Amino acid sequence: MKPPPFRYHDPRTVEEALGLLAEHGDEARLLAGGQSLVPLLNLRRVRPRVLIDLNRVEGLDGVDAGAGVVRTGALARAVGVERAPAVASALPVLPEALLHVAYPQVRTRTTIGGNVAHADPAAELPAVLAAVGGDVRLRSAGGQRTLGWSAFFSGRHRTACRPDEMVVAVDFPVAEGFAYTFSELTPKLGSFAIVGACVGLSRSGDEVTGARIALCGVADTPVRLQAAEQRLTGGAVDAAALEDVRALVAGAIDPPGDLHAPGGYRSHVAGVLVVRGLRRLWGAPA
Amino acid sequence: MTGPQTRVVRFAVNGRPVQVTTEVRTLVSDLLRHDLELTGTHVGCEHGACGACTVLVDGAPMRSCLMLAPQVDGRDVRTVEGLAVGGDLDALQEAFRSEHGLQCGFCTPGILMTLTGEREAGRTVEDALAALPGHLCRCTGYVNVRAAVRRAWSQLEGS
Repeated sequence: MKPPPFRYHDPRTVEEALGLLAEHGDEARLLAGGQSLVPLLNLRRVRPRVLIDLNRVEGLDGVDAGAGVVRTGALARAVGVERAPAVASALPVLPEALLHVAYPQVRTRTTIGGNVAHADPAAELPAVLAAVGGDVRLRSAGGQRTLGWSAFFSGRHRTACRPDEMVVAVDFPVAEGFAYTFSELTPKLGSFAIVGACVGLSRSGDEVTGARIALCGVADTPVRLQAAEQRLTGGAVDAAALEDVRALVAGAIDPPGDLHAPGGYRSHVAGVLVVRGLRRLWGAPA
Repeated sequence: MTGPQTRVVRFAVNGRPVQVTTEVRTLVSDLLRHDLELTGTHVGCEHGACGACTVLVDGAPMRSCLMLAPQVDGRDVRTVEGLAVGGDLDALQEAFRSEHGLQCGFCTPGILMTLTGEREAGRTVEDALAALPGHLCRCTGYVNVRAAVRRAWSQLEGS
């Protein structure tokens, strides 16, 4: 239950960190908030030769909520994003979802970049990123690129981030007219989600003009439910639509079972959470 | 690699400046307990789930089992040993005593440090109660812990 030995670097600049990554490649791991990586070190599930601690790197912790996007630096702490008034007014689903990420004593360390890069199938932020159609900004010593969420998340704890690259920022676009809500089922507030759902709607009177539905906990990566989104668009969120959506959710996913919940239960819960979210956004009685 | 990598770590613990030479992989929980003999910080799960090791770093509650020794270099660390002054319990500790907010006491230091952080940050009683799921208590079932939080916060508002 103690970390295995490693060479430790705590660079002060992004360039220095990228230089170390270029030098050590996949023998190195980046340490951000450490709320997932240090448990893995303590349990000796990972044994990196080199640990590059980003916590003293300058300029990676900004949170900017202007110009149609909430851009969080990779090292922005969850607790800071969750309590930032500008984020709450631009994209309230972000603090709403962050309240489900572990515990307040963990979110003082949790970083947005680390949470997304860890790519846990049950993690909330990747589902929010999928729902809003967000991007992940990467840098390496050789350059930079931006990946859409679906290109970034490639599997269970797997991303398209190369060994010489690091996440430097995460962009959550703010779409005009969209309202979102996030909910999850968990054995205890702060535990890993069994299933989580981020649902967004835009409307014009009694007509849905856009729908966005993303789930976590049902597959190796976050999932967007396009068939259900299309069924909702152009009509009202009425009983018939919700019944169809429930069936379309179940039809679109095939969640694995594990000791926390069988797959069929996850699938059922996904439908319940999506329907509840739609009702909440639409304003119908629950 | 030639032997374990070490660092000199200088920081403040409960207001007292300290300097420790330690392996870079040393967890802050072990730095406090083994090197500084501050055993009030308890170690439960060592992977962030139980909360027993929670301390304040620059005023914010954090899991000391998930931080490496070099990460507290230059920081202000506070542990449960810093709460009582001259043997007198502080108001929060008194509230736990009055409400019987502990039984075996294993989880208590972590809970007290979380709540101290919440109080000093001016957070509400609802915020403080919402932070309790971050601590595993296997004795009291939280009822008395919650009563202690309410008592401490009502005293704060009344003072």
